[in-house]
Amino acid sequence: MAAEKEAVKNEPALSDPEEEEEEDDEVAAKKHQQLVETLSTLAGGKRPRAAERTEASRYISEYDVGGGGANEKVLLSELLKPVSTSSALGSIRKQLSKVRQTKAVQLPLSKEENERVVREAAYTQTSQALAKWDPIVRQNRNAEQLVFPLQQDCVTVAPIEEVISNWKPRTPLEEEIFNLLHKTQQPVKDPLLTPHEKASLKAMSLEEAQLRRMELQRARALQSYYEAKARRERKIKSKKFHKLLRKGKSSKVLQEFEMLRKCNPEAALEQLEKMERARIEERMSLKHQNKGRWAKSTVIMAKYDLEARQAMQEQLARNKELTQKAQPTSDSEEDGKDLEADGGLVPDVINEGHVGVDPDNPWMLGKASAESKEEPRVPEDSVGDGMEEEEPTMSNEEALLQDFAERRQGLRCLQVTSEAQGLDGEEAALMLPDVLPPAPPSPGPEEPLLREKLERLRTLEDMEALEPEEVVQREQSVQSEGAEPLQPVQAELLSQADGGRTAAAKKTGKRQSLIDLKAVLADTSTSMQCPLVPRVVQDELESTTDQRQVIREAFASDNVVADFVKEKRRAEQDGKPKAVDLVLPGWGEWGGTGLQPSTKKRRRFLIKPAPGPPRKDQHLPHVIISEQRNISAAAHQVNQLPFPFESSQQFERSIQAPVGSTWNTQRAFQRLTAPQVITLPGHIIQPISAEDANLIRQTDQEKAAGQKPALDLISLSKCHDRRRASKKKSWKR
Amino acid sequence: MVGGLGEKKKRPQRYWEGEEVRKPEPEQVGPPDSKKPYQDGGHLGKKLEPGRRDQISGKKRPQQYWEGEEVSKPEHKQVDLLDSKKPCQPGVHVGKKSKPGGRDQISGKVDPFPGPAVISDEWVQKFRRGTKPKEKGKVSNKQLRHKLALQEEKAEAAAKQAARMDLLLLEEPGFLEGDEGEDTCTITQADIADAVDLAAGAKRFELRLAQFGPYRLSYTRNGRHLLLGGRRGHVAALDWHTKALLCEINVMETVTDLAWLHTETMFAVAQRKWLYVYDNQGVELSCLKRFHGVQRMEFLPYHFLLATASETGFLQYLDVSVGKEVATICTKGGRLGVMTQNPSNAIVHLGHSNGTVTLWSPNVKEPLVRMLCHRGAVRALAVDGSGSYMATSGLDRKLHIYDLRTYQRLHSLLLPIGAGHLDFSQRGLLGAACQEVVQVYKDISVCPSKKPYLCHALPRAAQGLRFCPFEDVLGVGHEEGFESLLVPGAGEPNFDALESNPFRSRKQRQEWEVKALLEKIPSELISLDPGQLGTVDTISLEQQRQERVARLGYDPEAKGKFSPRRRMKGRDSAGSRLKRKQKVAAEEQRAAIRKSLAEKGQVQEPESPPEAFPASRRSALDRFRK
Repeated sequence: MAAEKEAVKNEPALSDPEEEEEEDDEVAAKKHQQLVETLSTLAGGKRPRAAERTEASRYISEYDVGGGGANEKVLLSELLKPVSTSSALGSIRKQLSKVRQTKAVQLPLSKEENERVVREAAYTQTSQALAKWDPIVRQNRNAEQLVFPLQQDCVTVAPIEEVISNWKPRTPLEEEIFNLLHKTQQPVKDPLLTPHEKASLKAMSLEEAQLRRMELQRARALQSYYEAKARRERKIKSKKFHKLLRKGKSSKVLQEFEMLRKCNPEAALEQLEKMERARIEERMSLKHQNKGRWAKSTVIMAKYDLEARQAMQEQLARNKELTQKAQPTSDSEEDGKDLEADGGLVPDVINEGHVGVDPDNPWMLGKASAESKEEPRVPEDSVGDGMEEEEPTMSNEEALLQDFAERRQGLRCLQVTSEAQGLDGEEAALMLPDVLPPAPPSPGPEEPLLREKLERLRTLEDMEALEPEEVVQREQSVQSEGAEPLQPVQAELLSQADGGRTAAAKKTGKRQSLIDLKAVLADTSTSMQCPLVPRVVQDELESTTDQRQVIREAFASDNVVADFVKEKRRAEQDGKPKAVDLVLPGWGEWGGTGLQPSTKKRRRFLIKPAPGPPRKDQHLPHVIISEQRNISAAAHQVNQLPFPFESSQQFERSIQAPVGSTWNTQRAFQRLTAPQVITLPGHIIQPISAEDANLIRQTDQEKAAGQKPALDLISLSKCHDRRRASKKKSWKR
Repeated sequence: MVGGLGEKKKRPQRYWEGEEVRKPEPEQVGPPDSKKPYQDGGHLGKKLEPGRRDQISGKKRPQQYWEGEEVSKPEHKQVDLLDSKKPCQPGVHVGKKSKPGGRDQISGKVDPFPGPAVISDEWVQKFRRGTKPKEKGKVSNKQLRHKLALQEEKAEAAAKQAARMDLLLLEEPGFLEGDEGEDTCTITQADIADAVDLAAGAKRFELRLAQFGPYRLSYTRNGRHLLLGGRRGHVAALDWHTKALLCEINVMETVTDLAWLHTETMFAVAQRKWLYVYDNQGVELSCLKRFHGVQRMEFLPYHFLLATASETGFLQYLDVSVGKEVATICTKGGRLGVMTQNPSNAIVHLGHSNGTVTLWSPNVKEPLVRMLCHRGAVRALAVDGSGSYMATSGLDRKLHIYDLRTYQRLHSLLLPIGAGHLDFSQRGLLGAACQEVVQVYKDISVCPSKKPYLCHALPRAAQGLRFCPFEDVLGVGHEEGFESLLVPGAGEPNFDALESNPFRSRKQRQEWEVKALLEKIPSELISLDPGQLGTVDTISLEQQRQERVARLGYDPEAKGKFSPRRRMKGRDSAGSRLKRKQKVAAEEQRAAIRKSLAEKGQVQEPESPPEAFPASRRSALDRFRK
């Protein structure tokens, strides 16, 4: 009930103004309301409702005119104004606009996402904090030597200047000396330098050094700009741009060349060579062969487009210009003309050999022959006169060359075909000059000038076999008369090989045609001239029994060579990996006595091993090198690559240089064996702290800035000089 | 007459006051080649720097800024380049011109030779090991790259330092030079002895020992002591500089060969039946009955091995430090009367009657190398100090020079009556004894001249021939005694006092002995390539890999099986994945086939474009063919 009263009390306070304004209505309404309220409370509403102001009442003016206060009067002018200007509405408008602007508050992030964000932030922060240490860690890892504790309070030795400045002359003698020194301006106290020395010190001062460094920096910066520019330009994809660039460059080069030709002919020659080289390179490329996409399209376009036609013509001209053969001398031209006059009966090759090119150059000759192949082969007139004795000991190349020359002159005609049938071509070509006897001249069949076909004269293996023997062959050719003729030797060697193994024997025979043991042993020994001769020899000389020596030499155990060859062959056979025979007689066949597994089966169950690596003495006929491995030494060898190394070469290189004091000077020895970490006894080794790191950075900055006087720098750097980084430099001296 | 002799003024010093002068200073500078030849190519003696003591303690005096840096690097390099063009004999040069921006000294004077002395690159090359690898960017690990670079830099600096220290080698070698039109081989020993100073002249002497004839001889490694052994049992050991006799005994048996062991306190004598070891008093220390019928002996100083060759064809190795027989090898080469050692790798060379020379190590039971050198029997062998040249002489009166690196013959000489004994001196002179004529050849491995460098006739045929180390002396034993000949330029002029000191005292010798024993190289390490120890054993590496594969059942280093990458939606159907897989598989198969074909040598050349069909068989579609 008390609440009801209160509500009733409140009510008049609220409704006061209305009451006064429109009394009659008001009172009625009020009464009505009260009635409603009391009724409602009676009906069961526990709590009186707070008084509301209902907007929708008809007493409220639409234009908010009368709302201001009780006694306010509405002015007409206000009513006539537009709404916007009325100041009373301002606050409401503001509110409205605010309401419009503020959007709904977003939902808070989910827990996981929230955590993730926090985590990421934490990570970046921490990594940034730790990244500060990176250079220090790197530096310490790479440091040649680390001395712990890292930060040491450096013992400051009082500079001698200070010590001296406290000193004063006392005795008369000292005073006198002091005076003398003063007179000659000798340094007595601080800074211990004569004026001259001071001047000299100033001559190369810090500023100068700075200037120099700045210059260097500038130069470096310029260089980097230039590089960047070049890179940028290179990246430009526009073809037109590059074309223009190229053209500009070439024209520039031409201009320069003109200039050079006038003033410096030598340099111009060099330039010319360069240009020639460029031409050759362009010639080598297939740019102007009209095979590119552009060329093909332009060919099609050329029918309709004048410009394209011109471009095509240009291109053709360029191609022609490039592919034009360089004419070495005017003589050759004449020759060429003569040849043409001859009616092309004789191929160019015949005369071209000596023209312009080095006749000794086998490449040039080969080229000539290749060219001549395209032309119709003209049969030679077979003269077939007396054959020339070909030296059997001539080396292959020489023989070939000479052979070629002879044929060119049309003097000789060798019948090779019959011989070539027996051996395959390559072998024939190889063995022909030194093995086979010169064939009798055959008058009948005419032979083409070139019997070479598109076949390799020498395979790679042959070249390999030949290489080390070149010396031998040279020797051989030098002393052709001294050595025994080769044929019997080879016959002997071939006869020694078993007749059954045909292929193998052929192979060995082939190799031995390249490598001849006797040729190795037979040699030109220069006989020494000596003023004193042993008595025995003197006697011999006096008795002129020269034949005795000859006989002795002849009978100097000749089987020595054969024995050695046999031994070597045996060593080779032993060294070869053995085939595994898995043949089971009777497997898959009928059994019985006298069982012979079929060859097919035998072949199938014979496991042939891969051929081992080539023998070390492959090319040394007079040497047998054992292939056995030194196992006892291998026990001491490193057989696993130690950790940081990536290849055995690296490791081997790293242990190649000796470290011991026996092979090094004392200083080098100490540096090579310096321990990586030194701990000073009696010191606590703290973990590295930020101050240490900062210290390093600071000193670095100071070094970079170069602001402080040099003396300070030294005293500072002394502290962390332990980190031997600077020592390295001083050591390099 | 004798031009080159003027240069040889070192001997008197060493002889008279050697002990007093040389002994106190511990840092003797050694010859580059006399040191530990088994370890590596070039060698360098012990070298200390005279100044720079402060640096050795490891603590540096902080450099004052006014002291001036001694070198600024680029300048240094420039001078280097300039210098390398000149032929530089002594190796060390002093930069002549002062650098333009050179700093003044405190005293105001300008240093005329700023910076350290310039060393030519060729000279440094002598002290470098191996060749620098060319491709640098191959190391992917940054830290390793840095480490390797640092190592390279250190090694280079060490080589430079070593080259710089060559300045301290005081003596220079010289050779005999004849006047114009005069051959050096016509100069007699008497002339040489007259021309040289008194002390050097005293080294030419003769011992007439007609009674116990033909003599063999052996010098100690420092060249101070001489051991003589007559065939008929006479054994004498003496300090040949002072001619003080250590001992003289008669073993009352045939003496076939004899050799000093590691010091002058012990020597081995091969007698009629067995091998005996005596001390320098002539007291028999031991009799090795397992070594019988020994014909020739060689002592391998760094392994403490005594290699003996017997008449029954056995090559035996005795470790003299422990008295154990290390290896016994039956050479199957008949009587072994010719033997020498390769001082660079301790390989023993044997000459045989069938004209072959065999190379042996105690670890392998077969010859490492067998070379056919002569048509007739091999009479003498010698290997030079660097181990790269071998001289052989045979019954065919020829003298061959072989290059042991390639086993090719370099030169061949025909001597009047083949050489029976050969020996290389430290500086590469070759001594050859042809019966009673002793000839010495110069530059024989490079370009032999027509005439010998020196020639000398003995009273009777020579039986032993040895150059004395560190002396220009050639000792020859013959049937009527011993003769010591002067051969200018034979010995290495500078010796390494820590290695082999001719003037060492007893104490020093003892100390050296202990050190040498500590540094003894085990006999297992004797192989043709002395650098074998420094290489990774790739064969066992491979073997280990295979074993690991067998153990694990798979190859952990093998390339993984191909699994196709996941593609974007729509292209990752099972079918397309299979297709991709098959493509790769086919590619692998193709590669394998190609490889096998290539092995068989049946690689077919690319087919020529198909020719146009003959007109008669043209099909309808051929009209589209161009």
